[in-house]
Amino acid sequence: MTDTTHTDPYASAQDTTGGKVFTVTGHDWDSVVAGIDGDAEERVVVNMGPQHPSTHGVLRLILELDGETVTECRCGIGYLHTGIEKTMEYRNWTQGVTLCTRMDYLSNFHYEAAYCLAIERLLGIENDIPGKATVMRVLLMEINRISSHLVAIATGGMEIGALTVMTIGFRERELCLDLFELITGLRMNNSFIRPGGVSQDLPPESLDKVAEFVAVMKKRLPEYAALCNENAIFKARLVDVGYLDLAGCLALGISGPVLRSTGYDWDLRKRQPYCGYETYDFDVPTRDTADAYGRFRIRLDEMYESLRIIEQCAERLRGMEGQPVMVGDRKIGWPAQLAIGSDGMGNSLDHIRHIMGESMEALIHHFKLVTEGFRVPTGQAYVAVESPRGELGCHLVSDGGTRPYRAHFRDPSFTNLQAAPAMTEGGQIADVVVAVASLDPVMGGVDR
Amino acid sequence: MSDSSSENRPAEPPPAGQPSGVPEEPVGERSMRDKPVAERSIQDKSLNDKSVILSDDPGPLPPRQDLDVVDVRHGMFGAEGTGDTSGFDGLVRQVAIPGATERPYGGWFDAAADRLEAVLESNGLPDALDKVVVHRGEITFHVKRERLVQVVQQLRDDPQLRFEFCSGVSGVHFPNELGAELHAVYHLLSMTHNRRIRVEVTCPEADPHIPSVVSVYPTNDWHERETFDFFGIVFDGHPALTRIEMPDDWPGHPQRKDYPLGGVPVEYKGAMIPPPDQRRSYS
Repeated sequence: MTDTTHTDPYASAQDTTGGKVFTVTGHDWDSVVAGIDGDAEERVVVNMGPQHPSTHGVLRLILELDGETVTECRCGIGYLHTGIEKTMEYRNWTQGVTLCTRMDYLSNFHYEAAYCLAIERLLGIENDIPGKATVMRVLLMEINRISSHLVAIATGGMEIGALTVMTIGFRERELCLDLFELITGLRMNNSFIRPGGVSQDLPPESLDKVAEFVAVMKKRLPEYAALCNENAIFKARLVDVGYLDLAGCLALGISGPVLRSTGYDWDLRKRQPYCGYETYDFDVPTRDTADAYGRFRIRLDEMYESLRIIEQCAERLRGMEGQPVMVGDRKIGWPAQLAIGSDGMGNSLDHIRHIMGESMEALIHHFKLVTEGFRVPTGQAYVAVESPRGELGCHLVSDGGTRPYRAHFRDPSFTNLQAAPAMTEGGQIADVVVAVASLDPVMGGVDR
Repeated sequence: MSDSSSENRPAEPPPAGQPSGVPEEPVGERSMRDKPVAERSIQDKSLNDKSVILSDDPGPLPPRQDLDVVDVRHGMFGAEGTGDTSGFDGLVRQVAIPGATERPYGGWFDAAADRLEAVLESNGLPDALDKVVVHRGEITFHVKRERLVQVVQQLRDDPQLRFEFCSGVSGVHFPNELGAELHAVYHLLSMTHNRRIRVEVTCPEADPHIPSVVSVYPTNDWHERETFDFFGIVFDGHPALTRIEMPDDWPGHPQRKDYPLGGVPVEYKGAMIPPPDQRRSYS
């Protein structure tokens, strides 16, 4: 009895185009097993995501399995596409910061910085940015690198069941976000780095808080090493998983910690310095294992290096009290000033008194810049910065107007995610989770 | 309230001849092409801007640069028929992007351009380059689209060029640049020599085909899908050119300039504020 459909008293025969159909009612499982014996298809296609706790966000993985082995992996993205690049074309250059900071919400300062550096190149004011603004940008970017790597390690740990790694990772990330809140007023989506500088000066107590943060992190970062580095289960899950060598990385355009895990110390902060990174003393950690464990260790080591840079930034900022944080050109620098009032943060009363009562020119500048914005000369620029995930490029095209004609972000998460098939095919399904976590894609950046 | 109330807002921006940003001369009816080059170059603000020269990394700016007019705008605020009596609706502004640059380009640009030309010549592709643009310290090679794959192959493989890393492709849409409405812009990085260049290819909207470079740079797989998705540029030879960000059955290509942003009018204190793409704008 091989064809159950015709002997079943409760179900009539069916014509299908998709192969044999088994209608199972009651206790005829034996006949089903007998029926599929021999000519059954081994191929199973599993749809993992987009709502899955282990896919690092709204990522959909379409896995073709042979038993536990992945024979084909495809990524489905676009679930978080919000058309940010299109929206930026309808807002002025300064407002674009508010939009691009929402792309990769875990490393938003890098997006703001890349965008503003590209605008400054088009404006030709790259060398006019006040030193204090540049140091503040570096400070914020490096704190952001730490918070981003902490989330990478925390969620990566959670996805393989190491919940303690997650809880301590998010605990330390909260310290980073507290600093952001103190300095910029917001925990995330800060839109603090602006074309021409940064939006506000440092609050008075912030450098002490930064020093406290560095001290705490120096105590806590070794906890990760003690918990994970030689942990047998952790290593069993990560070592030799998600392998991708240097040739594969270059062909697929992979950058960041994944590239450095092949032993190549490519870091834009060293190779093509921006924001004065060449004046800071730090190292570029590499590994040569080209696997998920190497990437974990690189992220851990990079956090120490970021702490070194943060210390140097804090030291420089101590000597820069009272210096400007916005470019001196009044036709570009954002004119509005904020201050803490009795009802919280709001427009500075001194500034309003100045523009309303003292200076007609200041009023005109304020009005024109806030309602219309500044114009950027025609041309295009591409500026790349080293985000926690790799090369983050911003390609801006200006038509001479007050808005970007085209803003495109070369997102490292988007590009790196292309390596998921190369890293996972031929491996176990459980290793897919580890490999994707080692790429650390942020879907807000992938889909934009 | 009706739509017309938004036009009666009390806070009408004062008419301003000089936009607050970089000073700009309104260009009259006279075509820029009729002017002598020396006069034409006045329009290129980068040459008048002292700070640019300071920030230019690879050396002094090229002596002369053409300008390519890609668009002509009328009026001041992008609004027509609003009874604007200021006279600004008669304004005509040409949008001119930096055009071909004359040698010397400065810095390593000359050596790289020489080498690329020599390599193309020896491979029987002397006509592959349309023009070279140097602007803001970045060099752009404009390549004929039918030669794109051979050119990037040489850019990647020649040991003196060795652009082994491609940062993807980005589309730009100039709806009024007739015959070259769609641009595909590639950013290449040579890790060996620590250099960046830009390669730009154009295609007309009526025939939106550009050869795929996935065979040379596999990383462009997703980037080309994205550019196809948003701009409708068909990359011939791509292994599986499908939409990537938008749903598979989405009509149109959203990043094109003629594709509306969308949005609904919002009422605020009795006045209707039109959606962002229909508001008055200064561009």
